[in-house]
Amino acid sequence: MKVNKSKVSKTTKNDLITYGMVILTYIVVQLLVSTGHVSSLIQGLLVPFCTYVIVAVALNLTVGILGELSLGHAGFMCVGAFASAVFSLAFKEALPGGFRFFLALLIGAASAALVGFLVGIPVLRLRGDYLAIVTLAFGEIIKNIINALYLGVDSNGVHFSMKDALSLHMEEDGLMLIKGAQGVTGTPNDSDFTVGVILILVTLFIVLNFIHSRTGRAVMSIRDNRIAAESVGINVTKYKLIAFTVSASLAGVAGVLYAHNLSTLNALPKNFGYNMSIMILVFVVLGGIGNIRGSIVAAVLLTLLPEVLRGLSDYRMLIYSIVLIVMMIFNWSPNAVFFRKRLQQKLLPGRKAEKEAV
Amino acid sequence: MALLETKNLGISFGGLRAVNAFDISVEKGQLYGLIGPNGAGKTTIFNLLTGVYQPDEGAILLDGVNLTGKKTIEICKAGIARTFQNIRLFHDMPVLDNVKVGLHNHYPYSTFEGILRLPRYHKVEKEMNAKAMELLEVFGLEKYADYKAENLPYGQQRKLEIARAMATNPKLLLLDEPAAGMNPNETGELMETIRFVRDRFEMTILLIEHDMKLVAGICEKLTVLNFGEVLAQGETQEVLNDPHVITAYLGE
Repeated sequence: MKVNKSKVSKTTKNDLITYGMVILTYIVVQLLVSTGHVSSLIQGLLVPFCTYVIVAVALNLTVGILGELSLGHAGFMCVGAFASAVFSLAFKEALPGGFRFFLALLIGAASAALVGFLVGIPVLRLRGDYLAIVTLAFGEIIKNIINALYLGVDSNGVHFSMKDALSLHMEEDGLMLIKGAQGVTGTPNDSDFTVGVILILVTLFIVLNFIHSRTGRAVMSIRDNRIAAESVGINVTKYKLIAFTVSASLAGVAGVLYAHNLSTLNALPKNFGYNMSIMILVFVVLGGIGNIRGSIVAAVLLTLLPEVLRGLSDYRMLIYSIVLIVMMIFNWSPNAVFFRKRLQQKLLPGRKAEKEAV
Repeated sequence: MALLETKNLGISFGGLRAVNAFDISVEKGQLYGLIGPNGAGKTTIFNLLTGVYQPDEGAILLDGVNLTGKKTIEICKAGIARTFQNIRLFHDMPVLDNVKVGLHNHYPYSTFEGILRLPRYHKVEKEMNAKAMELLEVFGLEKYADYKAENLPYGQQRKLEIARAMATNPKLLLLDEPAAGMNPNETGELMETIRFVRDRFEMTILLIEHDMKLVAGICEKLTVLNFGEVLAQGETQEVLNDPHVITAYLGE
């Protein structure tokens, strides 16, 4: 039983390092901000950082743990963002800030989970490239629907149209919630860096505990060998749907954070389009598929990089792409992986016992 | 009454009659061998028994319960576990977790309890770990518990597959070419393991094998398949001396 116990503490230790890393970064950044070492540009990026970290971790659950390629996570973010923004706007006066944001989070997560579940039922029958294409299309559909949606509320109740604002026939006292392509205006700014970091920690807590639970093992067994998983009695459809839904709802949480950082929320190709979905996938792939801590680091670095390189405007994208390629080689090339292992064994001889014994 | 019984089992793929009028009756606690040339339909029969394929006709009875047309998961719950010809482990997961996936349906707690780590999570996980370690010890794999399954030596991977199948607490164990790719020493060790599993768990085992030494050494009864049809059936020595079997499969 001794072997067994040390294993449990090893994964727990790993998780604690991840939490600790986030908390430490938070403290350092807060110190730098309060001593005035952070430019206003970077300060404005702090909440987007958190958003991207959350959605990268969420996508890693689908790509790394479930082993399916999803290019629709920007779509789930979009659902979470708009559902919560509409809620917060409608109850701006009626509810106190903190409580309202908490409810907004639940609504964002629940609506994204619901959409994820509904999309997942047909989509998870597909594999690999097909799944990627369908989820990609889904993300675009969500964005376009929201761009055509008009929603308002007045004394007669809720009005809804896909045509234009006039066809809502609102009373004088009515409040426009979604104005088609102009999006949602006037969402209360409830999210800040602290809230973002707390949400990162909550996301990590959910994802890491999920992975180390019975459900997580079932999901990973499907990833590793679907036929064998079925043969030992794992309900493949059920566990795929659970993982996909949890992943979608966490992407929704990222959307809530994003929406409450902006006074105007639009569904643009830039923030909720397929570029964004691919960007999130890049975070996951470069951070290491299935490696939660890697996703966090990659999301922060790759969001920071274009801003840091702004001074070199002409060469910005060139350097960015070179960094991507170098990271890819460093992470995935067999030679590089071997080199890293050797280096690790040289520096930390204690760790090699397990790998060498095989 | 026999533990496993099939009656007139048959399946076609397009114009090919892969299995035809297959009858078998395996008694409880028996070590039963299924042999025959390549392409005779042996693995197809395993796939029929475990619900990977649905038979075109015929019936499968386990302990008197009709399993015909059931899905793989239901058949696993009913008590048939299997291993695969080409090893199918959860290669990226630790050895211990491979067995724990096998225990999945016997140690339930909800996803919610797992995420929030409620008391039930700790209790069930502890029981599960103990049970999984116990199984690994039975197969002499306990020292590999933390290893990734893909890093195990070949022979141990075969054993782990059997351990995982046993974790589902089956009534009948199907082994698909357990000795494939093994050297004589490993095969000898495997024969011991199979006998041991039968005796320790009072397990009924149906196995496909090409290694005649293993088959003659441990199987009590044999069925020989050729072109999807039963060629001979009976006590091991009788069958192996049957002239039809010798011409069709064993060679003069």
